[in-house]
Order: sequence, then structure tokens, then C-alpha cells
Amino acid sequence: IAAVPLPLSAADTAMEEIEQFTGGSEASESGKISLEMPEIAENGNTVPLTVSVDSPMSGDDYVKRVMVLADANPRPGVATFHFSPKSGVAEASTRMRLARTQNVIAVAEMSDGSFHMAKATVKVTIGGCGG
Amino acid sequence: MAKSKPRVKAPKAASKGEVITIKTLISHKMESGQRKDKQGNLIPRQIIHNFTAKFNGETVFAVDIEPAISANPYLQFKMRADEPGEFEFIWQDDDGSVYSKKQKLSVT
Repeated sequence: IAAVPLPLSAADTAMEEIEQFTGGSEASESGKISLEMPEIAENGNTVPLTVSVDSPMSGDDYVKRVMVLADANPRPGVATFHFSPKSGVAEASTRMRLARTQNVIAVAEMSDGSFHMAKATVKVTIGGCGG
Repeated sequence: MAKSKPRVKAPKAASKGEVITIKTLISHKMESGQRKDKQGNLIPRQIIHNFTAKFNGETVFAVDIEPAISANPYLQFKMRADEPGEFEFIWQDDDGSVYSKKQKLSVT
């Protein structure tokens, strides 16, 4: 059946972005990724985030990329971190905007082509996308 | 807009094989493209959309940045100090501006 495309919810858009990133491969919630964020963010304009991936970061076994998404922001994309074996440790921190309470999702691509995923739910008191 | 000012905090010296932490910040409003002005018109997006850290010319870490990154984007990351050399940190603005900063690292 040729369906009329329905407007996608932000969460659906996030799922689509993950599929694009993984090329359809399954991203397992294996515990390899740790996504550190506050449980409650009083100010959604600047929410700290640290993502790290358990990896030896050697020449033939390292983390290539980690994509971070926020599933209820106006647009889910947040950032994609590109690592190299020279990173030594696959860890990055930044500060992000959250429009409201939602899930933040991190998806990692490893050098062997496997994908891993982690989620964190952040409660937001004052949204970070308003005027 | 006012010229953005990049700042970097990284060690100047490390022992061989040590994993060092690099902290960077650039002053920038990171206009998301989602906000409206008083007349209700969308304010066009203008963000720093890419950050790249090179060491001796080789990219060691990079970030594709979306409007969801906060104003004055802060980035912290790691690098293993294998040999002495020079960092080059590069920030790319939507308006075509490129900001960069260099810093030397000695390794013993």
C-alpha cells in the first residue's frame, strides 16, 4: 500500500537518524557506552554531557564515531564525535540544549563495524529552545 | 557579530604514552535557527558546525556540531601523547569564518 507519509514525531526522526548512522545494523544496549548526564536539568539551555566507550583504542580495535541524539528536541541531532586510535581513551564532554524532558541517546560505531547504544532520561525544568 | 574567541586548556608537557585531557571553549551565540524575533520571523541559524583537533597535521578528534549544542560551545576530549609536536584546533562557523589556535606539546 502506498501510504501518505505521516508527519514524523521527534522520536521517530531520532529512530530514523539512528538507522541512517548504523546502515540498518542493530545497535545493542551492551553497556559498552556510558552516557553521563544529570537526572534533572534545571536549565535546559546548558546541560552537561559526557559520553565514553569501553575500548582499547588500539590501531585495529577502536571507536570510530559516537552520535548523540535528543529524541524530543525540535531536531534530534546534537553532535557526532569522531575518535581515532590516537585518542587513547574514547571519551568526550560537552554542554547541550534540551527543549524538555526527554531521552538522550548515544550510538557508537566501532572499527569492527559493530554498533552500541546507550540512553539517559533527563528531566528538564526550564526548556532550552525558547526565545 | 563580535569575533569569536577560542580558548584551549591543555598540558604543555606530558610523559610518553600518557593520556592527556584537552578542554576547549569558543565564545559564540550558537543561534539555533529555532528562535523567533519580536515580529515572529525565524532568526536564521548561525552556529559553529565543526571542530577539529589536529596533532602534527593528523586529525586526532573531530566533532560535527548541531544547533542543540549550547552557546559558547565547550568540548573536552583525550589524546595519547606518543611524541612531541603541535596541536592545531580549528572551529568552523556557518558564516564561513574559521577560527584556530595552535599549542605545542613536549613529551618526555
